[in-house]
Amino acid sequence: MAEFDDLFKKYEGLIPESLLNDVKDHLPAKVKKSDVQKILEKLHIEYELAKIDAGESVGLIAAESMGEPGTQMTLNTKHAGGVSELQVTIGLPRLIEIFDGRKQLVTPSMEIYLSDKNPSPDKVSRIAAKIKETSLNELVKTIEVNVADATIEVDLDKNLLAKYGIRTQAIAKALQKGLKNVNVKVKEDSLFIKLTKEGEELNKLYALKEEAKKTFVSGIKGIKQVLPVKKGDEYVIMTAGSNLKKVLTFEEVDSYKTKCNDIFETLKVLGLEAARQLIIEEAIKVLEDQGINIDIRHIMLATDIMCATGEVKGITRYGIVGEKSSVLARASFETPIKHIIAASERGEIDKLSSVIENVMINQAIPAGTGLPSLRIKSEGAVKK
Amino acid sequence: MQTSNKKVKNIQFKIFSPKLIKQVAAAKVVTPELYDKEGYPVDGGLMDIRLGVVDPGLTCKTCGNKLKECPGHHGYIELARPVVHIMFVTTVLNLLRCTCRECGRILASDAEIAAQKRRLKKVEKERGLKEKDVAIKLFLQKIRGVSKCPHCRSRQVNVSLEKPTRFLEKDKRISPIELRSRLEKIPDKDIELFGIDPESMRPEWTVLTVLPIPSVSMRPSITLQSGERSEDDLTHKLGDIVRINQRLFENINAGAPEIIIEDLWDLLQYHVTTFFKNNVAQLPPARHRSGEPLKTLRDRIESKQGRIRHNLAGKRTNFSARSVISPDAMLKINEVGMPSEMTMKLTVPERVNPWNIEYLKTLIEKGPLNYPGANYVIRPDGRRKRITDETKEELLEELEPGYIVERHIIDGDLALFNRQPSLHRMSMMCHKVKVLDGKTFRLNVAVCHPYNADFDGDEMNLHVPQTEEARAEAELLLEVPTQLVSPALGLTIMGCTQDAVTGNYILTKDLEFDRNDAVQLLYSVGIDNFNKFGRKEKVSGKDVFSVLLPDDFDFLGRNGICIAPAMPCKECKMWKNGKCELDARIEIKDGKLLTGIMDAKQLSAGKGLLLRTIHKQYGSTKTAEILTSMFKLGIKVLLKRGFTIGLSDVEISEDAKKRIEEEIEKSLEEVERLIEQYKSKELTPLPGRTRKETLEIKTLGVLNKARNAAGEIVAEQSSDINPIMIMARCGRAKLLNLAMMSACVGQQSMRGQRIGEGYVDRSLPCFRRGDLGAAARGFIKNGFKHGLQPSEFFYGAMTGRDSLMDTALRTPKSGYLYRRLSNAMQDLKVEYDGTVRDCSGQIVQFEYGEDGIDVSKSEQGTINVQKIITDVCGE
Repeated sequence: MAEFDDLFKKYEGLIPESLLNDVKDHLPAKVKKSDVQKILEKLHIEYELAKIDAGESVGLIAAESMGEPGTQMTLNTKHAGGVSELQVTIGLPRLIEIFDGRKQLVTPSMEIYLSDKNPSPDKVSRIAAKIKETSLNELVKTIEVNVADATIEVDLDKNLLAKYGIRTQAIAKALQKGLKNVNVKVKEDSLFIKLTKEGEELNKLYALKEEAKKTFVSGIKGIKQVLPVKKGDEYVIMTAGSNLKKVLTFEEVDSYKTKCNDIFETLKVLGLEAARQLIIEEAIKVLEDQGINIDIRHIMLATDIMCATGEVKGITRYGIVGEKSSVLARASFETPIKHIIAASERGEIDKLSSVIENVMINQAIPAGTGLPSLRIKSEGAVKK
Repeated sequence: MQTSNKKVKNIQFKIFSPKLIKQVAAAKVVTPELYDKEGYPVDGGLMDIRLGVVDPGLTCKTCGNKLKECPGHHGYIELARPVVHIMFVTTVLNLLRCTCRECGRILASDAEIAAQKRRLKKVEKERGLKEKDVAIKLFLQKIRGVSKCPHCRSRQVNVSLEKPTRFLEKDKRISPIELRSRLEKIPDKDIELFGIDPESMRPEWTVLTVLPIPSVSMRPSITLQSGERSEDDLTHKLGDIVRINQRLFENINAGAPEIIIEDLWDLLQYHVTTFFKNNVAQLPPARHRSGEPLKTLRDRIESKQGRIRHNLAGKRTNFSARSVISPDAMLKINEVGMPSEMTMKLTVPERVNPWNIEYLKTLIEKGPLNYPGANYVIRPDGRRKRITDETKEELLEELEPGYIVERHIIDGDLALFNRQPSLHRMSMMCHKVKVLDGKTFRLNVAVCHPYNADFDGDEMNLHVPQTEEARAEAELLLEVPTQLVSPALGLTIMGCTQDAVTGNYILTKDLEFDRNDAVQLLYSVGIDNFNKFGRKEKVSGKDVFSVLLPDDFDFLGRNGICIAPAMPCKECKMWKNGKCELDARIEIKDGKLLTGIMDAKQLSAGKGLLLRTIHKQYGSTKTAEILTSMFKLGIKVLLKRGFTIGLSDVEISEDAKKRIEEEIEKSLEEVERLIEQYKSKELTPLPGRTRKETLEIKTLGVLNKARNAAGEIVAEQSSDINPIMIMARCGRAKLLNLAMMSACVGQQSMRGQRIGEGYVDRSLPCFRRGDLGAAARGFIKNGFKHGLQPSEFFYGAMTGRDSLMDTALRTPKSGYLYRRLSNAMQDLKVEYDGTVRDCSGQIVQFEYGEDGIDVSKSEQGTINVQKIITDVCGE
């Protein structure tokens, strides 16, 4: 392909890179230079013809393209994608969640890829177990209150410990940290928890037992459920609950591919561009899942307006719509009185530069055919 | 029509000062009386004719105009004691808390003030108004607790608000009079720190001393049939205010005790508050005598029914019509059939010139009652004259160039056609009128898809553009052919549907005609060029279809029958002797369909690339033509061949019946086994699931497999000429439909699960409690033809109800999402430099969609590079 480099170079800037790459990919093995020249010429003409016109209301078209199929989506909130996968919010509720810019998701989840590209299934489940948020309760054989000694005796399950790769010492440490005023002693696979303050009543001990059961001892906080699945020829650990920052610190995890579905978490950990990409991907996932086919440009535009200020803002009255520069545009959306009162205090001026304000006062809108204006020299002006 | 070249450049929002209120007022209202004994508006009353007129016959004293011409004029009331304006309570509270009670300065040192001013300027410039508000709020919170004024060193007392309108200093009330004098003391330079522009608003103006009265035109009274007058809600409220105000005046003048005055003052405050806003949390709403709350100012503006969304953002229009729609496949896709009654009511203004004067005269001659005639003549001075038998002669006489004649609609006039909900731009398209008998609108079935219309009683609207500009835009931007390609995905949104698909499928599959028959068929579609047949005496269906295609059209594709759409034909196992056994490879060369059967994948809306390719190569008008004739051809083929279904078509052989029964029986046993396992706790749960969930998932799998197996048996034994099979093959229906009719309806599911427990532990009372079997949880093992068990019928009803509920709940949710999206993105447009910006000039994208391609001009979002390469290099 190198022989045509100068030809392609000539069209850089005239034709988008993606299309040029497309040509490179599709060129037959033996091709004459003159043919390549012809192809590029033709492509250039077609590209110019397909280019968007100035003044086109791309925002409204995008809104229409997403709003119209929205009426066809199901409202079924949860679904078990496939047979045994985890529950995730799908359909319209998820789409609303994405565009709202909600900080609290209904079903946060992660897709964790592994740095070992060819692990044994055993290893995968070991890693999964290591990641999962585990409380003491899940690791014990028995947990009992010894009334005579006023201690709680915990008998740990050796097999489980091996599976989760946790040492008894570590659990003791976690318990010491997680519970207040206790003393934890280790003896082989058993733990003895004693209250530090003497003379406490027994029922306090029982309460402590329940508390101890729930204490977080290993894994990553927030990862409620793990499920290793095979995606193509790669193992992926799907999770319910997310904690991107912690998961990425794991050596076994492929930090390039691992992602979570929480936009704000991604924003915090990986930055704005990653968050933008995530919004696009998530929105497309929802739509495709519902069998709706719309062009990526529309979703991209909606995402870009959410991210345009440098932070992720939802499409709500508190987010983008509430920040419009025009008073009347804000007032026409929601809570008009609030906006008008605030505007009059500030002495705000509406420059009537967008669509809705001009509709309100019956003037041509500055978009589409209303955009171009005509200037003529009147005879009088020429004389002057 | 009068036009103006003036343009509103911008609108500034400010607050009326008491002085300005008096200045703009046309009258001072002093008496609560409305009319005198004769029913004439009282001077100085609320219906004073200086405030505008709403009665026919009266003349406005201010502007001298009559009803409808007088725009209305404001008035005012002098309040006996000042009252607080409810809308500004929070602002006032902020002001009180953060300024000195003695000297009125803001509770910050000069250095702090200067620093904050600088900060605000910077924040506003860099991050916008909203961030500025946040900065102001933070600053005010900081200085709120200051106990000593940094300017005059006096002690500060905490101010609180007893909602809605009483301000307290510790426990002592700050009367509005005192409030006002305190606010007056705050200097302009300090106000800026509260985010208030001193030019637009002085704080003391929020404590009202005069109340502006809206004009009569804003609150017209209605005369009921009984001759009684019924006043507007606002007039009622204002009446209350004026009455109390007068009493307060009298009591003050008479030197009444303080308690009485306080009470009246509070009452006045209440009335003024509810005049602005009638749903304040702490106040009982003011009501009519009937108990219905009054609609006061805020209610008039806010909400969907309010002034802004109902009247300002949405307009009403004349020259429109609405009727039921019905199909007419013989219309072109860009035509609309219009009842002749409508064509005589709706008109098009046509300007008289030397070339059309004679023609227009004949129309005037016919008058408004004969079609085609004319209804009105507009003189150059703007006077409208109705054409009647009396005026006809006179109008004919004086008609000359420059006059405008409003003539009836005739064939070929443009009209905008629309069906609600107008969810995308293809919901309103321009059609050419075709005057037809009957009372319904007629439209081609191919345009149903973009409108999302059917003919079960749907109604549609039609608008007639009245100016040349409007007509030009309608024709160039909105006409049906220009909307062929959807901007959402870059594929055709109109295509063949229903019989047209089946017809073309049968035609290209196995029909053969004598030349004469073929000519007859095509002629009935409107085609008279048969060069493509050559000298053939027998022509195949493919030849007939080819006649529709342009002569130099090449196309390669696969239809829906193809079993491996991604695989090159030559590697496919169906490929024998350079031919596809299924005839799934569509090859068009020089406008001739060589191989391949046409089906929904190629012809229908939103799917086929065939139409999209034609559109790309030959443009929209030609595509619309081809689509029209394809559609007609499909229907005519069916008309000629005959196509129908009957009960016998869902009949299946005894043998097949048996096999299906066995298949289902087997699965039912399998389900029983699973339940046994579940009950004896032998069932191992799937990872991350409980045992019960595992059981559900497994049974669902088994039962769905059973239904599919039944469907396959049905398909296997149905003949190729079975009309339902034909419909399924051509992509118009699904095989599932046939299986449900002749074999087994299958599992009914609600919200993705088997039907659960409507009664205690069971779905219907005819089952045992705790029965988890297939039949007890919504499996319908019979087919529709055989008939359903009562319990099975109920399951069908349940899912039907569930889907109705889903639709009812979804519509408002998705509607709101749509509204938010469109409100957020309405001002984004492509600028001349190719960037996408919002109305304030902020760049959102540097190039639209990162490559600047318009989806509606693209092929599925891109340019077909492969095709260009093949065009240049050959295959």
